[in-house]
This record gives sequence, structure tokens and C-alpha cells, in this order.
Amino acid sequence: MFEIVERQEMAQGTIISNWIKAPKIAAKAKPGQFVILRANEKGERIPLTMADTDPAKGLINIIYMVVGKSTALFKTLQVGQGYLDVIGPLGQPTHLEKVGKVICVGGGTGIAVLYPITRGLKQMGNYVYSVVGARSKDLLILEDQMKAASDELMICTDDGTYGHKGFVTDKLRETLEKHKDIALAVCIGPVPMMKFCCKVTKEFNVKTLVSLNPIMVDGTGMCGCCRVKVGGQMKFACVDGPEFEGHEVDWDELNLRLRSYVAEEKVSFDQFKGAHAPGCSCSR
Amino acid sequence: MTEEVKAPKKEKIPRQKMPEQEPKVRARNFEEVPHGYTPELAQKEAERCIQCKDPRCKQGCPVEIEIPQFIAKIKEGDFEGAIRKLWEKNSLPAVCGRVCPQEVQCEGLCIIGKKDEPVAIGNLERFAADHQRLHGRDVLPPKADPTGKKVAVVGAGPAGLTVAGDLILKGHEVTIFEALHGPGGVLLYGIPEFRLPKAIVAQECNFLERMGVKIEVNSVIGRSETVDELLERFDAVFLGVGAGLPVFLKIPGEHFIGVYSANEYLTRSNLMKAYEFPAYDTPIVKGKNVATFGGGNVAMDGARTALRLGADHSYIIYRRSHDELPARSAEVHHAEEEGVEFLLLTNPLRFLGDDATGRLTGVECLRQELGEPDASGRRRPVPIPGSEFVVDIDTAVISIGSGSNPLLTKSTPGLSLNKWGYIVADPKTGKTMKPRVWAGGDIVTGSATVILAMGAGRMASNSIHDYLTYGW
Repeated sequence: MFEIVERQEMAQGTIISNWIKAPKIAAKAKPGQFVILRANEKGERIPLTMADTDPAKGLINIIYMVVGKSTALFKTLQVGQGYLDVIGPLGQPTHLEKVGKVICVGGGTGIAVLYPITRGLKQMGNYVYSVVGARSKDLLILEDQMKAASDELMICTDDGTYGHKGFVTDKLRETLEKHKDIALAVCIGPVPMMKFCCKVTKEFNVKTLVSLNPIMVDGTGMCGCCRVKVGGQMKFACVDGPEFEGHEVDWDELNLRLRSYVAEEKVSFDQFKGAHAPGCSCSR
Repeated sequence: MTEEVKAPKKEKIPRQKMPEQEPKVRARNFEEVPHGYTPELAQKEAERCIQCKDPRCKQGCPVEIEIPQFIAKIKEGDFEGAIRKLWEKNSLPAVCGRVCPQEVQCEGLCIIGKKDEPVAIGNLERFAADHQRLHGRDVLPPKADPTGKKVAVVGAGPAGLTVAGDLILKGHEVTIFEALHGPGGVLLYGIPEFRLPKAIVAQECNFLERMGVKIEVNSVIGRSETVDELLERFDAVFLGVGAGLPVFLKIPGEHFIGVYSANEYLTRSNLMKAYEFPAYDTPIVKGKNVATFGGGNVAMDGARTALRLGADHSYIIYRRSHDELPARSAEVHHAEEEGVEFLLLTNPLRFLGDDATGRLTGVECLRQELGEPDASGRRRPVPIPGSEFVVDIDTAVISIGSGSNPLLTKSTPGLSLNKWGYIVADPKTGKTMKPRVWAGGDIVTGSATVILAMGAGRMASNSIHDYLTYGW
């Protein structure tokens, strides 16, 4: 078992952070890489990009949003309990280099994936502008960490409860207009957010990295479930990615394939909620 | 001449069939198709073996099982003796008895088969292993004294399990590193429950663990640890990672929801038990009209799995004719009995789908006819112009072979790869170009069979043992 040693609920319990004992993975993991987790014998294999690691203590950090049965099941796991399987580090690490000025844009739980990359880029000596967004102030995560990892941090909320009222793309555009020498953008969040960020950066001809989250099974390039079209070529996110050149990604195809099991996911989640009713776990 | 005195002519015993589930019934469940011999049937079948002095059957066996000797034990009713005989050469008899292509190996060479049906060697092997598992005493084969040498085996599939089984008997310490969350490789994720029950795979792996083999699951060598790092801790490393890369048809529309590689379809169903969704969490598209592309054993597994998941129509779409189907004849026969529909001499052109939902709706195909033989000696299929037609399907399983997964090979400097990315290894010893590293199975040969991988494992384990013992 891979034990949870620290657990935190964020964004009103919709997002959960786990520090998990996995010394071998912690020793190897680099920013941008992911792990696959399985809660129990009947569980799905769920890929999650690591938000942080602590090699000295042998810990890895994952931050996930509760969106269906498997993540709801993960949420029930308390400190002292753990995951049956954790596999990793998987995928290619982010290629971190000094390019001068960079902009890092994150939305929702994408901020968790963005954070170690942002920190890495700053450590390499880049000047880092960051833009983070959420629907509302209460749902924003890792603000302090992102502030520490950036030279300038901009915050956006859809409802205007915090920072700029509007989408991250507004601040992205504004910053790119102001600083024509930004050489790299990293945009990580929900598919529509990444798609529209890429539209903006394309206008400014700024190279853009994105991190994709298609459905996976084995995570080692064996099954092809996570295939995405990048530059017209079939790529496997699990081994070729999860990061790709954003301007090359076929976003609409990715969006459709993410919906492969919408009906099944509902059946599974409803059954889970039924078994765990009454007493919705959100209220804990 | 004494031979002139003829013994009274023995009544000829026909080849004994294993009882099996009715095709219509079994096509809707995941239980194993044949039930296996009873002791009486096994002994009766064993009597058919004439105990050749120079047995040809053994020459056909990639791991050189002493076939007449284990059959003789069954005939005598010494079933433990039979399994001990098998264990001398084969650590996975319950698996091999089920999935080996005996008709082109041992049974293909059986002398009885010249005039009659050959002795059912595979069925007997299966019987001996099953009888031991279900009724046998808790015995283990004897192990040599510890040598203090350590061997890392990468991949818990047929090749790796064979190497581990051989070397543990010879007194070496063996650790297997497996990328998935359970051991067995293709035996676990690939071959369906109805052909190879997973309890049997678990049992065979457990047997190795009881012998002292350590199995570390969730270890993706190349990512969690490199081969070079293993070489620091181990005296020798065997790479048996399998081919492990899905091949797609490279026709338009492969992104539609419902298009699977065989690896994904079978992994979801077998490893993740998606056929028990929602009791198990992993879903699978339970298609009403399913087409599996390809004609090998994996394709038959895909088409038969589709029936069991509830398909009304399960098609095999294959570009050559029935005679060229590469699958074991027993698999084709079982598929036909269960109602799999074969669309032969048919070539897929493109997948059709609903652009709004992203779901697969059909496949456009072209009919072909057989032309002149090609380099492989098989008659080349030639398209018939204007013969396009559409098959309505909601699920496609692409089973046209696999390629070499670069995850391990790319992270291992010093290995020599061929132009397809497979590891170059000496065919007699499994030695690679990298010192202290051996390789065998599909990552060397490209996709083949369980028993060929085991044969490669056997050769490598002999070579590794020589190296650990004599230094060469």
C-alpha cells in the first residue's frame, strides 16, 4: 500500500491534496511527469500529474478534483490509509531551460500541474509572469505557492470575487501585448481553456506548451487509449507527452475522446453516491 | 525373429475430447470453454501414446518437455510424478496446456498423427497441472544450493516467468520487475478469462513466489529505474518486456469513440475486468455490432470477448482468405462455433462516425480476391475495384499485430536494436550487445506465441546460468 501521510481539502472540498509515501517515485520524478493510481482491487487506473515531490522524505504530492466515482473514492481515503497501486514517474519531464521571459497560465486543478513547472522555470533564471484562474475566489488553489514561484502573479475569477473579473486569456493577451519579448507560454487547465490560450499565443507567435489529460489505461504506451492528434500525427500522451506544442494539438478531437465514457461514468458515480448516501461526503 | 510373434491386437482408442461448454451458452459468459479431462479420460488418452524411443513430439516443443515420460506417469495414475516431470522443463504447464499451438508443435510431429489423430499432449499437460493445483499435495521441485548470484528479470510475462523459474531452481536469487499492477504479462492482460482463467495465472506466479522468486509490480523499468541502475544491484538482467506497442490501421477515423487497439480492448476486459463493470470501475464500450480487424489468435480473442460483452454481431474482418488465418485452428473453430461472422478478403478503407458525438458508426471496406503468391508464399490479396461497402459497427478492435515499445529500449544505452526497434540478441543464448544483459520473447522476435517466448526464456536462462557459474 502507498500510504497517505498528509491530506488537505481545497476549494470547498472539491479539490483534494494528498502527500503519498512513494520513495522510489519521489527520487526519480521531475516536473511534468505523472503517476497512475488505483485505490483498490476493483479500481480504475487514474493518471494524475504530480504537483510536487519531497525526495528527502520519500513523498509525492497529487492534487485532484472530484469529478466521478474514482476521484470520489480517492476522496474517502484518509491519512494512514492509502492507494493499492501507484505507478511512476511516467511521461516525459518538462524541458526546462532559460529562455528569458515566460508566461505560465493555469486554470482549476491545472494550477497544480503548472506549479512545479513554474517553479522550475524560475529556478532556471527565467522571468516568470503567471496567470491563474478559477470560477470563484473559494475555488482558487495554490495561490501562495504560485506567488512564490513567479515574479509577477495575476489572478482571474469568472465571477470577479477575486482579482480580475474574466478569463485567464484576458490577462494572457494583456501581458503578451505589454511584453513582446516573452519567449514561451505554458498553459495548463481544462481543455477549452488551453484551446483558447493557444489561440491567443498563436496570434503573438509565442511557443506554447500544454499538458494533456486524455483517458489512459496502462500509461506505458501499450494500449493507445490516450492517442491524441498533434501536428496531424498520432501521439500517445502517456509516453510522448503529456506535454505537447499547444499550437499543434487537435483540441476538438481530444475533447470528444474525453467524453468516451460519459454514460458509464454516470452509472458508476450514481451507484457510488447511492451506496454512500445519506451524508454526502462534501459536508465532512 | 521374435518380432514375428504378434501381440493380440489392441482395441484402438480414439482421441479423447475434453468436455466443453455448449457454444451458445459459453458465447455469453466468461467461464473457461473446455472443462478439462477427468482422471479416467486422461488415463485413457495417455494409453494412446506408444512411448517412442526417439520421440519426435519432444523435438517440436520449444522447452523440450520429456513428453512420453510425463504421459507414462499419467497412464500409471502417478499424477504427481507427471507434474514433477513437467516442472523439470516448464514452470507454466497449466498455461502451456491451454494456449500452446500444439498442432504445429508436439502434436504436429506425433507419430500417431500420421494415420490417426495425434495424442492430445496439450490436454494431458493441462490435466497434470490442473490435477496438481486442485488435488495435489503441496510439493515444490527441489532447488540447488544458493549461489549468492542475483538476477533481475524485467517483465513478468511468459519469457520472464520462465527465466525466473529456471534460475530459482538453480540456486540464484531472482527478482521480477513488472510494469503493470499484477504479474503475468500477456497471460494476464491479453488472453481472456474464458481461454486462460486468471486464477491459474495467479497460481503459476504464486508457485514461483513460493519457490523464492520476488515479484515487484508497478515497476516500469526505463522510468522508475533504468537497466543500468539494475546492473549495479544485480549480476545479470533479462529483458522480457514484450512487444507492447499497438499498431493501428492508419486509416481515417481511428479517433472515433469505440475504436480500440486489441491491447486496449483486451486490457480493459481482462486486466481491469471491465466485463464486470460497474462492479469493477473500468468501463468498456459494450458494442452491439463489433468488428475485429486481423486474423490471429488475438483477433479471435477480441471477437469472442465482444460476444461475451453482449454483441449481436461480432465480425472478423481479414484481408486474406480462411486458409491464411494465422490463428490456431482451435481458436478459429471455437470462434465459428460461437457465432463470430468472418468477413474474409475484406480490407478496411476508413471508419465512419458521428462528428457531433464522436462515436463510431461504421467502416467502409473494399472486397479483395486472391492473386499471385507473395514473398511469404501466401497468395496476395488484390482489391476488386468498385466493390466498396459499409459495415455498420459501433465498436472496432484493431488486431493486426504490434510493434516494439521504445520505453525501455530508448532508456538503455548500449543495446543494439534492429530497424523495427526490436532488441538484437543471439538466437541461441539471448545475449544482447550490452554486457550482462539478455533478452527474449516478443521484444526480440516481434509478436509471436507464449511458448516461443518461453523457449527464448529457456535459452537465455541456460546462458545466464553459464555466465553466473563459469563467467561466460
